[in-house]
Amino acid sequence: MDIRSQIAMVFHLDKCIGCHTCSIACKNIWTDRKGAEYMWWNNVETKPGTGYPSKWEDQEIYKGGWVKKGNSVLLKGAGKFKGIKSLFHNSNMPVIDDYYEPWTYQYENLFEAEEGDDQPIARPVSLITGETITPKSGPNWDDDLSGSEEYAKNDVNFKNLSPAEQESMFQLERMTMHYLPRMCNHCLNPACVAACPSGAIYKRGEDGVVLINQKKCRAWRMCVTACPYKKSYYNWNTGKSEKCILCYPRLESGQAPACHQSCVGRIRYIGVMLYDADKIEAAAASETEDLVDNQLAIYVDPNDPKVIAAARENGIHDSTIECAQKSPVYKFVKTWGLALPLHPEFRTLPNLFYVPPLLPTMAFVNEEGVYETTTEHFWGAIEKSRLPMSYMASLFSAGNEETIKTVLKKLMAVRLHRRAETVGDLPEEESKDAMRDVVMDKETADDIFRLTSLPLFDQRFVIPPAHREEAMEMLESTADVKGNTGFGFKEPPVRGL
Amino acid sequence: MSNYFFFIGVPYAAIVIMLVGTIFRYTNFGFKVSSLSSQFLESRELFYGSRPFHWGIIFLFFGHLVAFLFPRSVVLWNSVVVRLLILEIVAFGFGIATLFGLGMLIIRRLKHRRLLMVTTKMDAFVYVILLTQVISGLWVAYFARWGSAWFPTVLTPYLKSLFVLDPDIIAVAALPLSIKIHIVSAFVLIGMIPFTRFMHFLVYPFSYFFRPYQYVIWNWDRKKIRTSRKLVNGVRSKNN
Repeated sequence: MDIRSQIAMVFHLDKCIGCHTCSIACKNIWTDRKGAEYMWWNNVETKPGTGYPSKWEDQEIYKGGWVKKGNSVLLKGAGKFKGIKSLFHNSNMPVIDDYYEPWTYQYENLFEAEEGDDQPIARPVSLITGETITPKSGPNWDDDLSGSEEYAKNDVNFKNLSPAEQESMFQLERMTMHYLPRMCNHCLNPACVAACPSGAIYKRGEDGVVLINQKKCRAWRMCVTACPYKKSYYNWNTGKSEKCILCYPRLESGQAPACHQSCVGRIRYIGVMLYDADKIEAAAASETEDLVDNQLAIYVDPNDPKVIAAARENGIHDSTIECAQKSPVYKFVKTWGLALPLHPEFRTLPNLFYVPPLLPTMAFVNEEGVYETTTEHFWGAIEKSRLPMSYMASLFSAGNEETIKTVLKKLMAVRLHRRAETVGDLPEEESKDAMRDVVMDKETADDIFRLTSLPLFDQRFVIPPAHREEAMEMLESTADVKGNTGFGFKEPPVRGL
Repeated sequence: MSNYFFFIGVPYAAIVIMLVGTIFRYTNFGFKVSSLSSQFLESRELFYGSRPFHWGIIFLFFGHLVAFLFPRSVVLWNSVVVRLLILEIVAFGFGIATLFGLGMLIIRRLKHRRLLMVTTKMDAFVYVILLTQVISGLWVAYFARWGSAWFPTVLTPYLKSLFVLDPDIIAVAALPLSIKIHIVSAFVLIGMIPFTRFMHFLVYPFSYFFRPYQYVIWNWDRKKIRTSRKLVNGVRSKNN
């Protein structure tokens, strides 16, 4: 048993209102620089949709993530042979047009234009070339366009549906959507780390944050290909790759990352998970239908005395263990089994878990062709939901529909229970049946309700202190890194020759 | 006199500048060491430029290296005419591939405005020196046949004399102008490594083959602190 600690996250998708405040907070702090304008370390997508970069989930195009080979896994599109072979030209790498060409507007023209018959306008200009352009795609170009030909119909997660089923998805009555905020998953089996030829990308032992050493990055671009979530970005100006740093300067001082702190819907939870590093390879190489279960089995119970002893043996501080015991993430993921990883079939063992949205599955059209939103047919609704279960399963459980159904039933049981408690218009039997069906007692349902709807700031973000007094390395040269946007060195980050 | 300058002065200056410059740049300006790939801005045409250019120039580099390190073997190989012809034709083929790739790269860079935005003056210099090198090389291969036959007997002793700090330029001074250009531009190229993107082939990721895929860094390994008997405990991160 090799116990390590990891900062993990839970996003509650039913609470996400798609306001993009997280993305803006991140952009303002980290990616408002030349060459990084197109990067959204955190972005919010509309599902069904093609996302950012376009069709990122389709690994037949981008060859990201791992594939199972015997008892282990191999990188799909990079690695010691495949990667090095394509150093000179990486055929599977997305280019800037797969994201979008960043632009700004000629605002000064509004003030400085010559007096004339027409109103002066601010024309869009490319942030790369400075030429005027007509933007054809951009950040959140497909926002809320879940029924569109161009975006929703090309969603890769529909691939398991027959053409007729796909067609019926786009009937007006069935059209639905939910938001999917995405950021770096700080995976346990990160493909970007494994793919980096120069060894610039590494996982921090103390908290599991995955970082790119800007001094060692040589622009071999393999991480961009290897990351199946496309969360490693190439800075075309500096010639270095960059990615989400989980706001580690904030994290180390006990603050939540900016995207978490600013979340308006309060959908985000962050906390410590203790895991057994010996089990990583086996879990990554498990059969597709077992992937979720085996990944969750890696995370160990922080209240187990054996685990605590092993954690101490590995040098994990008591305060970190304490945080792990209070972790909201552990509750959602392990205790209650409500949160699932995004696309576990990429086999990177992501540490960002999603409570799947109940909303698109709840309302359905009844025999008379009108919306059935009463609580009478909750159970039928899952089978007849507007978004087919195979779609949700493709997102969150590697195609295993039973896993996603169980989670949705649990979420419904909590709602029925609370409805019976607060409104009282449900027959008590119905809520009890629902609870019995998913083996949940009243106390658990109330706990879930409380952490979902009424959590305090400190309950959502349980972050251990970085213990700088013991980790002198972190304390070194803190003055130096001031004003260097977290790069951590004094040399100005300008392009080389 | 100019022979002394071009075949003794330039080579030694180039090698000293290369050594001092690359070490200085690597240790002090790590952020600026990068292959500066422009694939992100244009990918399709890069394929037809980058692949033939890189494979071609790698083959040619190692061809020259073999002729320098194992002159006897090369002479022996060439003792059969067919083998000499095969070697020369293959090498010439790679030379053509390099020239084709380089041409594609230059056209591509001039054609796309996005690429011009990430092109520096030193990139222009890189293209000029590479063009000089490749064209003069092909010229020599065609008009001063057979290169693989005379290189081991003429240039290998000269290069060796440079390395043993006892330069002997009598043979080199008598060579035709095209070969002289090829030699001088080669040394200029070497000398310009620290000031250009040529740096990237010095940081070729050999270490990737010898490391495990996953890479975890502990800022300060507390477990090792506890078990250490040394006065200064722990393991420092090798990160920066």
